[in-house]
This record gives sequence, structure tokens and C-alpha cells, in this order.
Amino acid sequence: MRLPLIASGQTNQFGKEHMTTKTLTHLQRLEAEAIHIMREVVAEAENPVMLYSVGKDSAVMLHLAKKAFYPSPPPFPLLHVDTTWKFQDMYKLRDKAANDAGMDLIVHHNPEAVSRGINPFDHGALHTDMWKTEGLKQALDQYNFDAAFGGARRDEEKSRAKERVFSFRSANHRWDPKNQRPELWRLYNARKAKGESVRVFPLSNWTELDIWQYIHLEGIEIVPLYFAQERPTVERDGLTIMVDDDRMPLKDGEEPVMKSIRFRTLGCYPLTGAVQSTAETLPEVIQEMLLTTTSERQGRAIDHDQAASMEKKKQEGYF
Amino acid sequence: MTEQIYKTDALIAEDIDAYLETHQHKTMLRFITCGSVDDGKSTLIGRLLYDSKMIFEDQLAALESDSKKMGTQGQEIDFALLVDGLAAEREQGITIDVAYRFFATEKRKFIVADTPGHEQYTRNMVTGASTADLAVILIDARKGVLTQTRRHSYLAHLLGIKHLVLAVNKMDLVNYDQQVFDDIVAEYRAFAGTIGIEDFVAIPISGFKGDNITGPSGKTPWYQGPVLLPYLESVEVNNTLNQQKPFRMPVQWVNRPNLDFRGFSGLIATGSVKPGDEIRVLPSGKTSTIGRIVTYEGDREQAFAGETVTLTLTDEIDCSRGQVITHAKAPLEVADQFESTIVWMDEEELLPGRAYWMKIGTQTVSATVAHPKYQVNVNTMEHLAAKTLDLNAIGIANITTDREIPFEAYAENRDLGGFILIDKVTNRTVAAGMIHFALRRAHNIHWQAVDISREDHALMKNQKPAVLWMTGLSGSGKSTIANIVEKKLARMNRHTFLLDGDNVRHGLNKDLGFTDADRVENIRRVGEVAKLMTDAGLIVITAFISPFREERDMVRGMMASGEFVEVFVDTPLEVAEERDVKGLYAKARAGDLKNFTGIDSPYEAPESAEIRIDTTAMTPEEAADLIIAKLIP
Repeated sequence: MRLPLIASGQTNQFGKEHMTTKTLTHLQRLEAEAIHIMREVVAEAENPVMLYSVGKDSAVMLHLAKKAFYPSPPPFPLLHVDTTWKFQDMYKLRDKAANDAGMDLIVHHNPEAVSRGINPFDHGALHTDMWKTEGLKQALDQYNFDAAFGGARRDEEKSRAKERVFSFRSANHRWDPKNQRPELWRLYNARKAKGESVRVFPLSNWTELDIWQYIHLEGIEIVPLYFAQERPTVERDGLTIMVDDDRMPLKDGEEPVMKSIRFRTLGCYPLTGAVQSTAETLPEVIQEMLLTTTSERQGRAIDHDQAASMEKKKQEGYF
Repeated sequence: MTEQIYKTDALIAEDIDAYLETHQHKTMLRFITCGSVDDGKSTLIGRLLYDSKMIFEDQLAALESDSKKMGTQGQEIDFALLVDGLAAEREQGITIDVAYRFFATEKRKFIVADTPGHEQYTRNMVTGASTADLAVILIDARKGVLTQTRRHSYLAHLLGIKHLVLAVNKMDLVNYDQQVFDDIVAEYRAFAGTIGIEDFVAIPISGFKGDNITGPSGKTPWYQGPVLLPYLESVEVNNTLNQQKPFRMPVQWVNRPNLDFRGFSGLIATGSVKPGDEIRVLPSGKTSTIGRIVTYEGDREQAFAGETVTLTLTDEIDCSRGQVITHAKAPLEVADQFESTIVWMDEEELLPGRAYWMKIGTQTVSATVAHPKYQVNVNTMEHLAAKTLDLNAIGIANITTDREIPFEAYAENRDLGGFILIDKVTNRTVAAGMIHFALRRAHNIHWQAVDISREDHALMKNQKPAVLWMTGLSGSGKSTIANIVEKKLARMNRHTFLLDGDNVRHGLNKDLGFTDADRVENIRRVGEVAKLMTDAGLIVITAFISPFREERDMVRGMMASGEFVEVFVDTPLEVAEERDVKGLYAKARAGDLKNFTGIDSPYEAPESAEIRIDTTAMTPEEAADLIIAKLIP
């Protein structure tokens, strides 16, 4: 990030022509922290991978990876654990982004979920469990990845607030919140036994506003669904759902209605609630976000299942 | 809610571009809050989140319903529930780990490490404090300065936190009485001086009612000092201080996209750098000049502490991960022995002499910790004698690394003076440490050059020195076989020496018992003696249970390559117990002998011993012949 230098006039004995200090902004400090974390993983893990979900957090993480290793391309592949039910726009950007970064893209579909035709309409919570949680474990095992970057942030949800940047997982991918390694200074312990792995969250200390601000400053390409546009929608269980393709079964009397909507968070289109909005530019989106009164995850059906549901899912291996 | 936040709202609504412009120049402050269980810490953080508008409607709705279900504030909102994260902890009503919270005002983004006040969780507070610029120490106005207050202040000071805020909370419950506040501040000031805290800011607050949090409270007209949030917004962040120190960058990763580019990536710890600067790489001491400062946005003219860059050098010198690039005229010290403070963080106690991984900067080396000089009672700051350190203990000890490493005192440089210790078997982070200084010995002791070399000693005896290291359960037959081996070698005119466990414990090691820590030290000393004897050209035969794999590997590491021969005298426990030559198993089974290997202390069998003796399949004579055949082919 090239922000104006805030320089003091002092000099020191190591060169009179130097400016001696530069006040780093919060985004510059967060960027440096994330880059440092990524390099530690690459230096210490045998076979790292970056989880790429095509959302705005993934976009920021991928951008930081390009910076961290420049002029080398990021020395690991991208992994998309796909459910086949993402928005069409997400698939388009996914393939383009991987190609632009010069990275390999691995797309994993849980074969059991494929053969049993698991879908969000008929299978409820099983949909997330089979495609995402089980699919992720399968992919990590299949390729022997021992470190996986994820874009999770501590401000998203309470159980995340206590998770380490390097979050250790047992050989069967379980997270034990009572048995986390202390994490001090900038020293991350990446050591593990064979079969065990770490999930690494370089964006741990970023907030939603930081993410948006950074996307704005750096001009990072994100899925157009984040911007308002007229889109076909139906109302279900209090969520505004976009009819993204013709796989969506319409109930009796249900008729898609065109509305100006956008998404604050992206997942499987039948599970992701839209917000009514006219924000067509990034500053407008940020403006709406700052003036809004509901938290980001409310648009996700997954968290409403039960109290402390995220913590339980995480223990079972969900990202 | 304060005026300040309404102003922000107006700016967002009217001119979002201007708002974004302001926001992108915000700085960041990391702080920790520490207090005892009921000091209202979580309530204060909840209040800061609430007042800075970090709580959304749906969260507030959930909070209201939670407050009614399990809140401790009657029908009022229990802010603490916002902060207490994990399900298990919510049920217990306490926070048990480090949680990180975020909020922002117009001027700053804040990261709060929420650390618990429990006695057994020193570890968590040290973790939270390691990245903090400032500490808020909470005191319950009704209770005053407690043992925990002293402990938290000591730990914050130990971790080098420069800014301390003493938040005297729950002023609403003492009728905002100035006398109560003044007495607490006076008592705290007296204590703070004794542990070296030079300065702090004391503020009377109520997290619950919101007094003196965002603006001056009408309830405390007698208080003229700073109010909490504005103070947090204005306190100087210390990263610019680091930029005025000499240049140091630990190399994190060698960036080599093709044969024409070789760059060194890292985060600049202190100082600044520009192309043309003369640098020195430590510990090698090689010098060169900075060629380019490469970043994704293009080459830079100058880069500062806190920034991540990739540097190229004008010469092809050896430089890799773990080494430190420094200004040529202000290089770092390099040493392999240090005095340090160690905070023990694992259930399994420190074993002095055992080799742990030590991660410092971007380097990981093998290190051993000596017996602590003393342990600090974190409640009274008294120095206590200690043989080891257990969970949450803090001690001062010397630490020895297996090679020389570049470092700085922690007080000067957190990045090059703070370290963690990692158990080599479990991979757990078992301790955090802070280097005070290198021991003089490391600078000044040089190996005495001797005219008669170890090769000369060996030649005179016409043999190749070696250590035959017998390991196995008590009663497995180690001493018996060792004796026969020595006799046979003597007949072959070989110069030998037998070190036997029992004999050594009567003399050299008579100060050691049978705890895990003492067992490690026992083996370390035997290893050192055996090493000196191989320098004298001898064939050393040892007979020690030596139950831990790590210690045997430590001794192996001391010896010249190929001179350590591990002999596993493999006798199943039931066979050894049936023989019970010395009657020890019977005693151990009866509970009269503690920490007996095989009974209530583990034996870790060798995984790749040079020689394995199955005593159920061969006689001691046959075993001795087998060993000698391997030793002298």
C-alpha cells in the first residue's frame, strides 16, 4: 500500500538523508502481519494450500498472497471446496482469479454428496456438513495438505475470537478449544506430527470494515453480487433468496420478483440472504455497511441452527 | 452514546469518501485488559464495543435475550455476555482463554486482548501482553489493590508494556467517593514503584454505568484527569520508536522465482533501510550492500520497521532463513548462552538439561535450560529457590543453544529477544522466554587449544574411541553385560572405562534424586563425562536405565559422529520383574519406591538402536560377543 509518508524531520547516525520514522496506518500494520504469517507457513509447512471461497475475504487473502511472495507467484495452490450450489458469478471469478495469480486451482466435490444428490432444499444442515465439512476433510487428506490458509476473522463470531492464528488440528481434523497453543509476539509454532495439520488465519485481526476499506484502497476485484443490481428474488423463511439458476424449485404461488439487492456475504445461493440496496459502488457499499444495524452473518442460514453452533461445527472440522 | 459518534454517523451519511479518507489514516493500538474474575472486565469491553457502535441490532437482541436467561445484572443488559465467547465458558460464567476484540473510533482502530484473571492462567495474560502496547489494569473500587492486581501489573511490566492504565471500576457502587479512589491510587503507586513501574494513569470509572468511559462523568466532578477512551485514542504507539533503532531484519524466506533473482523476504524489526546501505548478515558476519527493496507495488526508496519487504544484495553471499540482516556498522551480538526470564506454559514441568526447540525471530534451534536460579512468586515478587518450573511458574534461568544465534535483549527488541520453547515430542509450545543478556562465558571462553589432540590420545592407545551406551529396564542385565564386555576388551588390550548408574549416583550425582528433572540431569552429566573420556581416547561403557529417548539423543548429539553406539538391552518388564535381582520391583509395587521405571515412570524404548540384545534369547556372554563384534569388526 502506498500511502503518503508521515515523516518526522529527525535524523540518526545511520544516514542523514534518511527519514527516520513513518507512522504506519492500521491497514498497513494488518497487511504486514498477514504477509508475515503467510511467509512463516511457506517456510515451515511441507505442503500448504489456500482455501479459496471466492468471497471478499478470500479475495483479500489472495491479494495479500501475491504481495507476500512477489516476484514469485504464491508457492501453493488454491483449493475450492465446492458445493455446486454457489452463485454462477462466483464460479466465473474463481477461475479468472486463479489464472491471473498464476496459481493452480483445485476444485473438490465430495463424491458421496454428488452421488446422493445432496442439496440445500431437501437436506438442510446435512447439505453444509456433507459438501463443506466432509468435503474439506476429504480434500485435505487426498492431497496431504499439512497447512491450510483460511480467511476467517475473529470479529465474525464469538468462538472465532478465541481461535489462534495457527489453529492446530488433530489427524481427524478436530479442533480442541481447551488445548490451544499459546501464541506470543510474532512467533508461531507450526510444528506438528505426521498426519496432523494447521489451519492458518492471516486475517484474524481484520474487521469487516478493514476488509472493505482494503478492497477499496487496493482496487481488488470482487464478485459483482456484492453490488446492488436488479435480480430475481423470492422470500423464504425471512430471507431474501436470489433465483440464480433453474435448479431452484419454486413453491406453489411463488413467483420471482425483480428487486435491487446485493449480498454482504456469499455462500450457496439458496442459503444466502440478500439485502435490499441501491449501493452500486464500493463507497456506497461501505456507507451502507457502516449505517446498517445487523451483523454480517445474519444473512447466513447456517448460524441460526442452534446456540454456539459455530463452535460445534468448528470442533468437527468446519473451517 | 456520545456526541463524537453522532458526528461520525453524519459524516458517513453525507460524505462517505471523506469518511474513508479519514479512516484510512487511522493508527492502531493493541491493549490488554486484566482484572480479577469479578472486576467487571468483560463488562468494560462490552461497554467499549457498545459505545463505539460495534454492536448490531441482531447481536443486541441476542444479548437482551441472553441477559435475561443467564445474565447477572437482573433485567439490565449484561455486557459481559457479549464478550465471553465459548459455550463451555459461558456456562461456567468465566472467561478462560485469550480472546481478541475489535473496535474503532474516528482516530484509531483498537485490538483488545481479553485475558482472564484466574490464578492458573498466567500463561494467557502473558500471551495477550506479548503483543500489547498498553495495559488496562482493572480494580474493583470496593476491594482495592488485590494480590491479582499486583500479579497483573508485574506481568504487564515483565512483558515490557510501557503504558499502564489503572481503571478503578465500579465507582457507582462506592457512591463515586473521591477518598476511595485516592486511597487506591496511593496504595497502587507505592506498590508500582517497588517493581519498577515508573508511570501510570489512574481513572475512576463505571463500566456498567458508562462513567468516564467516552466523556467526563458528572458523577465525579472531583476528577480532572483523562477519560478512558480519549486517552486510548491519544497515547503514543511505540512502533515509531523501533524505527529509530539500528536496522535489523530477520530473514523469513529466500525468494527465488528464477535464476536471475534472489531476494530475502522479511518483516523489518527495527530501523529503516534503503538501497546502497551497507549491511552485515549474522551470525555469518558476511557483508554486502542493499541492491533493491522489492515490493508488489514496485521498488521502494526506503522501508521502515513494521513493514514487510524483499531485499536484494549486490553480492552473492550466503544468507538464509533464520539469519538476520543488520546495518553493517551496528551489528548484533551473537552468543549461545543467555540469562533469561522463562514463563512455563505446559502441564509437563520444565526438565533442566532436556533439549527443546527454541524459536527466536525466524530461527529455530535446539536449546537446553539450566536449573532455574530462582522462581518469582508472582503475587509477592519474592524470589524462591526452584529446581524446575511448572505450569504458570516464572523463573530466571540460563539457556544454552546448540549454535550461536544473533539476538538482542528483550527490553531493546521484542522480535530478537523474545522466544518460545517447543517440546520436541509433543510439539506443544511449553514456554515463553525473554533474553536479558548473553553470559560473559559465551563471549570470552574459547576452546583451549591443546597440543595433544584427541586424535593423538586415540592413536597412543591404538584404538578408536567410542561410547557403548547400554539402556534398558532395571534388572534387564545392563551391568552384567557391560562388565563382561569390559573384561573381554581388556583382554584385547583396549583401554576402557565402565560408568555404572549406581556408582555414579554415589559420587558425581549424589545430589540428584529420581524425579524426571533429576533423571535428565543425571544423564546429561554422565554424557559430559563420557565425552571427556572419549577425548582421552577411551572406549566408554555405560550402564544406565536412561529411560527417555530425548536424553539418549542428547548424549548422542554430544559425541563425534559414529562414536555413540546405543545398545538396547531388551528384557520384557515381566521378565525383569521376575528376576528382581535387587528387590526393587517388589518395593515399587508395594509403593515404597516412587518414580520407578516401568512401574510408575515410563521407559521409552529405542527406535533405532545400533545394537539390540534380546536377553530372553541369548546369554550375557553371547550378548557381549555380539557387541564386541559390532564395535571391532
